Amino acid sequence: MDVRLQISMVFHLDKCIGCHTCSIACKNVWTDRKGAEYMWWNNVETKPGTGYPTAWEDQEKYKGGWEQKNGQPELKMGGRVLRVLNVFHNPNMPTMDDYYEPWTYRYEDLFNAPEGADQPTARPISMVTGRPIDIEAGPNWDDDLGGSPVYAANDPNLDALTPEQRQEVFDLERLVFFYLPRICNHCLNAACVAACPSGAIYKRGEDGIVLINQERCRGWRMCVTACPYKKTFYNWSTGKSEKCILCFPRLETGQAPACFHSCVGRIRYLGALLYDADLMLEAMSVADDKLVEAQREMILDPFDPRVCEEALKNGIDDRTIEAARRSPVYRYVKQWKLALPLHPEFRTLPMLFYVPPLLPVMAKTDDGLYDTANQELFSPIEKARLPMEYLARLFSGGNIEHVRLALKKQYAVRLFKRLETVGDLDPAQVHRALEQVDSNEEEAEQIYRLTSLPTMDERYVIPPMHREEAMQMLNDDLWEEKGEAGIGFHERATRGA
Amino acid sequence: MIDNLVFIILPYAAATLFVVVTIQRYVRKGFTYSSLSSQFLETRELFYGSVPWHIGILGAMFGHLIGFLFPSQVLWFNGVPARLYVLESTGLLFGLMCLVGIVSLIARRLTSPRIRAVTSKVDVLVLVLLFVQVALGVYVALFYRWGSSWYAASAVPYLRSLFALEPDLKMIAPLPLAVKLHIVNAFLLAAIFPFSRLVHMLVVPIHYLWRPYQLVVWNWNRRRLRGRAPWPKTETSGAVAPAGSEPAPSGRTIAAR
Repeated sequence: MDVRLQISMVFHLDKCIGCHTCSIACKNVWTDRKGAEYMWWNNVETKPGTGYPTAWEDQEKYKGGWEQKNGQPELKMGGRVLRVLNVFHNPNMPTMDDYYEPWTYRYEDLFNAPEGADQPTARPISMVTGRPIDIEAGPNWDDDLGGSPVYAANDPNLDALTPEQRQEVFDLERLVFFYLPRICNHCLNAACVAACPSGAIYKRGEDGIVLINQERCRGWRMCVTACPYKKTFYNWSTGKSEKCILCFPRLETGQAPACFHSCVGRIRYLGALLYDADLMLEAMSVADDKLVEAQREMILDPFDPRVCEEALKNGIDDRTIEAARRSPVYRYVKQWKLALPLHPEFRTLPMLFYVPPLLPVMAKTDDGLYDTANQELFSPIEKARLPMEYLARLFSGGNIEHVRLALKKQYAVRLFKRLETVGDLDPAQVHRALEQVDSNEEEAEQIYRLTSLPTMDERYVIPPMHREEAMQMLNDDLWEEKGEAGIGFHERATRGA
Repeated sequence: MIDNLVFIILPYAAATLFVVVTIQRYVRKGFTYSSLSSQFLETRELFYGSVPWHIGILGAMFGHLIGFLFPSQVLWFNGVPARLYVLESTGLLFGLMCLVGIVSLIARRLTSPRIRAVTSKVDVLVLVLLFVQVALGVYVALFYRWGSSWYAASAVPYLRSLFALEPDLKMIAPLPLAVKLHIVNAFLLAAIFPFSRLVHMLVVPIHYLWRPYQLVVWNWNRRRLRGRAPWPKTETSGAVAPAGSEPAPSGRTIAAR
């Protein structure tokens, strides 16, 4: 057993209102600069929809992620020799047109235009060339356009539906969509790390954050192709790749990342997970529909004394283990089985998990009228407007059972709370609902608490990062540094050469 | 006089710049070492420029290097006419690939507004010098035949005399002007090399071929830690390694990264 720690995330999609506050917070903190204007380390997509960059999930086009080749995991973009040869021209490199060309407006024209018969306008100006452009795409070009024949219809995930189901999703009266906020998944088996010819991308051992060493990146841009989530970006100005850093400077000082901190719907949870790195190869090699299960197997119980012992041996201290025990992510992912990884079939073992959305809860009816007085348990789930096959395509490698359980459990919690607060349900029926999803009143209450009423401290359980101890590990004798200019200086403060 | 300037002073000045600035830039401004790829902004035309260019220039430079390192073997090889023809036409082929590539790359840089936005003055200088170099090379290959042989017999002794710090211009004095310009232009390229994007050829990622796919960087020496008493029970757990574990890494160098 090789116990390691991962700072992991849960996004509760049932609570996401699609306000893009997270995207703006991230943009303002990290990517509001030349070469990074087009980057959205955090973005919010409408599903069904094509997302950002356009149709990023279509790996036949983008060649991201891993696939099983002769029983071995290999990058979909090809082997390592091919990658070195392709540094001259990466055949699978997305271009700016797959994202969008960033623009601003010539606002000063509104004030400086000479007097004339026409109203002055602020023309859109490309932030790359400085020339006027026709805006053809933007970071949220298909925002709220679920059901649209142009955007939503091109969603690669719709291939999981039968033609009839597809038709229903696009019926005007029944059209349906939800929001999918995305950041870097800080994968265990990150494809970007594996594809980087320079070895500039790495996973931090202590917390699992995946970073690009800007000094070692040489702009071979293989990571852009390799990441199936398209969350590594090429800075066209500096010639270096960049990605979400999970706001590690904030985490190290005990603050939640900017996108988490600013989340209006409070959909985001962050906490530590302990996992067994020895199981990694196994977990990424099973069949598509077994991936969720295998990844859950990797996640270890922080209450298990044997796990704690092994964790301590690996240098994870007891205060961090304590944080792992309070981790909301552990509860959603492992205990409650409510949260699922996004596209596990890319086989990167992503460590950002999503609670699939329950909406819309209303049953569809044949005569076009809503019928809420359905006596059947869970009928709103089974007959939801958005077919479960679609959600399974997104969150469980096609295994519909994981999605069904997550949705049913959420619904059972609703029934349970309705019985408690409104009291118009049959208690026996509610208990049957809880039993059917292997749950009980105590757990339902806990799920309700953490979903609806969590405090900030319950949503973000950030383990102490102990950078001061890391420094101690680097320098055997910290007294050596006493009386110096400070720890972390590149050279000693000596007099003269 | 002019010969002394361009064939003695210039090469040494260029070599000095090359070595000193390349190292200084790597140490002090490591961030700036990048291929500065513009494929993200334009990919189709790049294919027709970058691929023939790089294949051509690798072949051509490798040919020059072989001639420089093993001149007598090259002369022996060229002793059979058939072999000479093969060598010469291979060299010419690489040269023509370079020419096609560099022309495409220059055209791309001139015509694409996005690419112009990321073009610096040094980029222009590099493209001009490379074009001149390749054009001269192809011209020489076409009009001063059997260069693979006379290169080994005239330019190589001169280049070797430079390395021996006893510059000897005897052998290159009678060479045609085009060849002389080719040599001088090469020195100029070496001189601007450390100031330009050309430095990317020093950081070609060959080690990628044998490194493991996943990279995990620890702030501490993990193996040492595994053999240690669990935190924070023992007094010595902070920093002292138990007997038998491997020595601590040099803290200063890692901390500086």
